[in-house]
Amino acid sequence: MKVLEVKGIQKNFGSLRVLKGIDFDLERGEALAIIGSSGSGKTTLLRCLNFLESPDQGTISVNGKTIFDASERLSLKSDEIRHNRLYFGLVFQNFNLFPQYTTLQNVTLAPQLLAKEREDYKGNRAAIFKELELNARDILAQMGLTDKLDFYPHQLSGGQQQRVAIARALALSPDILCFDEPTSALDPELTGEVLKVISSLAEKRTTMIIVTHEMQFAREVSDRVIFMDDGVIVEQGAPEQVFGNPREERTRQFLARYSG
Amino acid sequence: MDIAVIFQRLTESFVINIELFGMTLLFGLPLGLVIAFGSMSKWQPFEWLPGKLKRPDGKRWKKIISILVGAIAKWRPISWLTKIIVWIVRGTPLMLQVVIIFYVPSIIAVSKGLPSPWGSGRLLATGIAFIINYACYFSEIYRGGIESIHGGQNEAGQVLGMTRSQIFFKVTLLQVVKRIVPPMGNEIITLIKDTSLARIIANKEIIMMAQEYSAKGLIWPLFSTALFFLVFVGILTLALNWSERRLSYFR
Repeated sequence: MKVLEVKGIQKNFGSLRVLKGIDFDLERGEALAIIGSSGSGKTTLLRCLNFLESPDQGTISVNGKTIFDASERLSLKSDEIRHNRLYFGLVFQNFNLFPQYTTLQNVTLAPQLLAKEREDYKGNRAAIFKELELNARDILAQMGLTDKLDFYPHQLSGGQQQRVAIARALALSPDILCFDEPTSALDPELTGEVLKVISSLAEKRTTMIIVTHEMQFAREVSDRVIFMDDGVIVEQGAPEQVFGNPREERTRQFLARYSG
Repeated sequence: MDIAVIFQRLTESFVINIELFGMTLLFGLPLGLVIAFGSMSKWQPFEWLPGKLKRPDGKRWKKIISILVGAIAKWRPISWLTKIIVWIVRGTPLMLQVVIIFYVPSIIAVSKGLPSPWGSGRLLATGIAFIINYACYFSEIYRGGIESIHGGQNEAGQVLGMTRSQIFFKVTLLQVVKRIVPPMGNEIITLIKDTSLARIIANKEIIMMAQEYSAKGLIWPLFSTALFFLVFVGILTLALNWSERRLSYFR
């Protein structure tokens, strides 16, 4: 079954048409890379999936269940939106870690708050928190951050901060993990450590959507590539095909600009 | 007259200044936050108006009407009302506000043959004026602090499934507090000196007490009141520095 189906997503900001009808789907365990120049609508698409923007048209379904339908959007309650968000995780370009919390606290905060909504929360608080903390430590170990658990964000390098942000998103076990240009705010020598972590997630068949400007990385890590331009999907296919033998002229021009 | 007796009198009357100071902070700080939220309110109760207001014959309305309807649709009544209140409170002298809050209810009560609602509660009336006045200044400091927090913090909280109040209390608030300590410190230091305005309705605070001596020809007690304020502000400054240091563990 498709884990994600996106149909006819349109989004306008005033008279500016940013997304002009986006259709795509995603299989469980698939890594999808979205490439395209700045202003092509890639980031807006991710923000729509995470309910940070509300599309004007279209539907979004997860695991066969429609979680967003633009024609009924006014009837969505804020609690429903909040829970629907949890199907997705989002890693931001500039990390957005919480500065007053340590690495470990950044990762455990949201799971602890969500645990309060569990029916067995009362009386089991200590046990639940212990379990959440173990889970967080485990994920942070996978990110290579075991020796940074008690550091505050400003004490970490950009690459380490971004790995904490990835751990924070993973701690809620999202069905689909989204990356919004995860290395664009990093110094070149720090991008490698973040890309390595994302690659290792791809090897574990984590379902991912990666918006990126790192063409070489997109080619290596993804199962499928979407090229967006001017609010539409121009071309999609296997990375070998899109990068090696693009069908569309616009894709060719874009790739030529990047490799040249 | 005995210096020790005069200093004791002055100290006793300075307690009134401190009481007024404490009262204003205790209620003014939370009220300021409420006012800040009021002025930031985005509630637009007539947002739907342009959509519903179509002419039955399908033609367009006159331009003046559509401009008017557009303005009503964008109207944010809570924000509008709060900003007007803040304008009035910040735009008139605190001394006058103390007088109005104390006398207006009394005049109304007395004209109806009732006793003054304040009775002997002059300090309470003064306190209410101070709380409202200072809360309006605090609210602008809160608003500045809240709006200076990067929008990404809010979005990060949202995608992690937090509610709006969880985002405010668990993510935003401490960052706001850290940023507003210096400007709040300024207001708080101004406040202790403003408490002397309480003498306008005969609260026997320290300056009023000292003036009783100068009326009798003894001027030094009035000058010596500066010491009380200096010591108090010195302690406040230490406390503010301490809280800045306590919050310096994050950026």
